[in-house]
Amino acid sequence: MRFVLRRLSFFVLTLWVALTLNFLLPRLMPGNPALAVIGQYKGGVSPQALKALKAEFGLNTHQSMLSQYVTYLGDVATGKFGISLTTQPGNSVGRIVLDAIPWTLGLVGVTTILAFVLGTGIGIIGAWRRGGRLDSIMPPIFVVMTVIPYFWIGLVLILVFGVKLHWLPYFFSYNYTLTPGLNAAFISNVLEHAILPAFTLLITTIGTWILTMRNTMITTLAEDYVRMARAKGLAGHRIMLDYAARNAILPNLTGFAMSLGFVVGGAILIEEVFNYQGVGYLLLQAVNNDDYPLMQALFLLITVTVLVAILISDVATAVLDPRTRGAR
Amino acid sequence: MATLIGPGGTGDTGDTGQLPAPTLAPAGGMLGAAGGITGARSARRMARAVTSNRKATVGTALLVLFCFVGLFPGLIAHDNPSAEIYPRSLGPSAQHLLGTTAFGQDIWAQVIYGTRPVLLIAFGVGLGATVIATLIGVAAAYLGGAWDGVLNLLTDVLLVIPAFPLLIVIGSYLHGAGTGVLIAVITCISWSYTARQLRAQARSLRTRDFLEAARVRGERSFYIITVEIIPTMTSLLVAAFLTNALYAVLFSASLQFIGLGNPSVVSWGTMLYWAENNEAFQTGQALWIIVPGLCIVALGAAFALLNYAFDEIGNPALRPVRSMRRNRVTRPR
Repeated sequence: MRFVLRRLSFFVLTLWVALTLNFLLPRLMPGNPALAVIGQYKGGVSPQALKALKAEFGLNTHQSMLSQYVTYLGDVATGKFGISLTTQPGNSVGRIVLDAIPWTLGLVGVTTILAFVLGTGIGIIGAWRRGGRLDSIMPPIFVVMTVIPYFWIGLVLILVFGVKLHWLPYFFSYNYTLTPGLNAAFISNVLEHAILPAFTLLITTIGTWILTMRNTMITTLAEDYVRMARAKGLAGHRIMLDYAARNAILPNLTGFAMSLGFVVGGAILIEEVFNYQGVGYLLLQAVNNDDYPLMQALFLLITVTVLVAILISDVATAVLDPRTRGAR
Repeated sequence: MATLIGPGGTGDTGDTGQLPAPTLAPAGGMLGAAGGITGARSARRMARAVTSNRKATVGTALLVLFCFVGLFPGLIAHDNPSAEIYPRSLGPSAQHLLGTTAFGQDIWAQVIYGTRPVLLIAFGVGLGATVIATLIGVAAAYLGGAWDGVLNLLTDVLLVIPAFPLLIVIGSYLHGAGTGVLIAVITCISWSYTARQLRAQARSLRTRDFLEAARVRGERSFYIITVEIIPTMTSLLVAAFLTNALYAVLFSASLQFIGLGNPSVVSWGTMLYWAENNEAFQTGQALWIIVPGLCIVALGAAFALLNYAFDEIGNPALRPVRSMRRNRVTRPR
């Protein structure tokens, strides 16, 4: 219980730091760039809304920094993120973000789970057949895979499968000519559009799972209880799964809990390269258009999901592995 | 074999914050014996380690090659990389090895001249972030008490705030960050991971006899930290440098690719930005995208290979099985 409380207070502290960063960054930069944009802004947004925005970014100079800060925290707590300036002028930021979330969850979420399951499995088998073909080929390949920028792999896949071979679509999440709806044509079109970005994400993230699982499993295989299991004459697959893998999977499991937090903000560049209208694509649109209210809300969303995931993974580790509870 | 490199280099498998693994990190264990090796001897050991480990050899060779290109680009490419003087969108030829851009610049010259800013960022961030990480991590571990609490909290908070989105937000306020600004910003964001590793290592050192001896001699904390503790962590510092440099390459390329760098600086990331904005694939200029990307991969691989090599040298259990087949435990099939 004390452990959970401690993690919870860390969560609150970090959240506060993120909020404060969001508040301070535009004010600390030379000339307050957000202000410059909003100050010159005309059209699309109602005068009242614009006034509220100006207050939010510190144009009301007669207000002290502190009272601006309190107002800002209050707005965030009550879910007032303002309105979009340029991306979808006049629309509420909350609405725009909510529209983007399902696309990211669908694409990145499913791919993250797939990468975890496949990677862990390959890691188990690789470590079990130490020195076998799988084990000697996999690690070097994935060492290299982890240093390739995600977006560049995406670009190369677009070149090969999109531009040259014309096998797969690589722009947006479905064909513009279709009307979104729950029919077979639309769903299969969406799936088809998801293949390339999902594959890009899969091959770039799977390496970490494989390497972590393999390395922990190798350590576990040297434990006495594994030798004991062998001495008892248990079947190979039982030793592999119930004795070695079960004990070695902990780092991967907590890593998985954490990676779920990175689903929302983890594929920014892949969404950008494929023009896939998720959270990351939206963030970059906001950045390119100097749409600061939208950008701030998205940064908060990404940070909060990561923090929640870390909290869950910490608690899960404590539940699964009693040894960590006493540790700092 | 196990003591090729003195101080126990745990590199990536060290304290990841999740892994209380009993045997993976040899942290304290190997340090005792190696507490007082001299600089020259450890340098010789380092050289031997580099030549005997294939990953280390390849990584070093790649890094040396890029450094040469970054130092003397004029020897390799004769064109001005920014000059828009040639016919646009040419294919590869003897005059233009990789063809020309949609603006009529020579792609080969851009790749060669683009090496220097990338290396500057890699080494700048690698050095800067490692220095900050060392100071904060070691100070936290050595000073203990309230200092440890505060410094550790700072590290942890920075560690969990998603770095790339934060970089994007900062970049959007900066409008076109040049090389120096990129180095500063990435350094400030990315030191926390290695600070944590270094703190864990330094903590395991805290109660060692040679530190006790220094304390009894009446040395000041600053002396003990810089002269007694830090030299025993050389290989971990190298690993920290390599990790930070690798992240710097990837982060800066990504930021430049989405247009948050200064687009008039010739570098691999900005090349990709211009190429994508001019639909290089659709106009048949695939090399404009492929070559800078390959360079990023090769430089990143150099840092990663060196890092893995140090990891293997420090932690023999991870070495390829070939070298340890003799004493392998027999297993069914």
